[in-house]
Parts: sequence; structure tokens; C-alpha cells
Amino acid sequence: MKNRLKVLRAERNWSQQELADRLEVSRQSVNAIETGRYDPSLPLAFRIAGIFGLPIEDIFQPE
Amino acid sequence: MGIRWSPAARRYTRRLAALMAIYLVTLFAAVWLFKHEMVSGTAAWALAIAPALPIIGVFWAVMRFLIEETDEFIKLLLVRQCLVATGFCLTIMTVWEFLQNFELVPQGNGGFGAAFFWFIGLGVGALYNKLTMGTAGSCS
Repeated sequence: MKNRLKVLRAERNWSQQELADRLEVSRQSVNAIETGRYDPSLPLAFRIAGIFGLPIEDIFQPE
Repeated sequence: MGIRWSPAARRYTRRLAALMAIYLVTLFAAVWLFKHEMVSGTAAWALAIAPALPIIGVFWAVMRFLIEETDEFIKLLLVRQCLVATGFCLTIMTVWEFLQNFELVPQGNGGFGAAFFWFIGLGVGALYNKLTMGTAGSCS
């Protein structure tokens, strides 16, 4: 899956660690999702969407 | 930037340190007592098994880490690490046993049993994670 996590995070001026703290996951998780090495589970994808106030499909798109 | 350890990773590290300390004490005690021929019969069996117990404890600690870790990505890294470790260990032991069966290498293992190769395999698994996922995880 492609995602816009890095762009959305940059728009809010958040570091990977700040986003990780908000999501209650490790910084490695945020980095792995941003770089496309890991696709989050549906519950984590919903948490990410909730934090950015966007629908999931506005953040994650199929390749 | 330093690595932030999750509560589960900290518990794992504490358990690992305690189990390794117990292992060293029981191993040295067993070697010393057997060397001086101070045990026999049932006590000898119990003493010979004693150093294996903290090693089994490490297997338990790794599995508890897997259960207690709440970060799904770290869990994935740990599962991959354990699978690589298991494959590495089984591969080494299988090849070694066949070499022994055909008497190309001597019998016995010189103290390097399956657990030793599984722990080496955890290191290989961490390297595999680092190369393919960008991070080794916390169990290395």
C-alpha cells in the first residue's frame, strides 16, 4: 500500500517520535509504515486516520 | 537518538539478565561438583539438568515478550527473528547430525547444543530484520 503519512506528518510539523507517541507505538513502526516496509493492521490504520482527522482512504491507497 | 524500550522489552531484558545469572551459577556449580565427583545417582541427574532450566527460561522469556509486547510492528520483527532462529538452528543441527552419522565429524557437541545455535540464530534474525525491514527490533 502507498500512504501519505510522511506528508501529513510534515504538514503538522511532527517528528516521527511525536507521531509514534500519539499513536502509542514505537518510532520504528512509524518509520516502517512511512517507508512502505510495513502495512499497519486495520485497528492501527483507524488510529492513524483518527489522529489526522481523515478517512483511511485519504491516507492509504492501494499500489 | 536512543532507542526507547517498551515496558515489555524492559521486562524481557530484566528476565534475561536474571536467567543468565542463574545459568552461570548453576553451570559452574554443576561443572565443579561433577569434576570433584561429589554427586551421584538421582542428585547427579538433577544437577546435570539444572543448567538447562534457565535456558528453558530464556525460551519462556522470549515467548512472554512476544505476548506482552503491544507494538504490532515490533511483534512482527520478533516473530521473524524467532522463525529465522528456529530455521538456522534446525539447519545446523540437521547437517551436523548427518555428518556425525557418516562419521565425518566426531560424536558429541563440545557443549554447543541446539540452544546455542538458536541464540546465534536470534542474532542472524536481527540482522535479517535490519537488512530487510530497516530495524533489528528489540530482542537482540
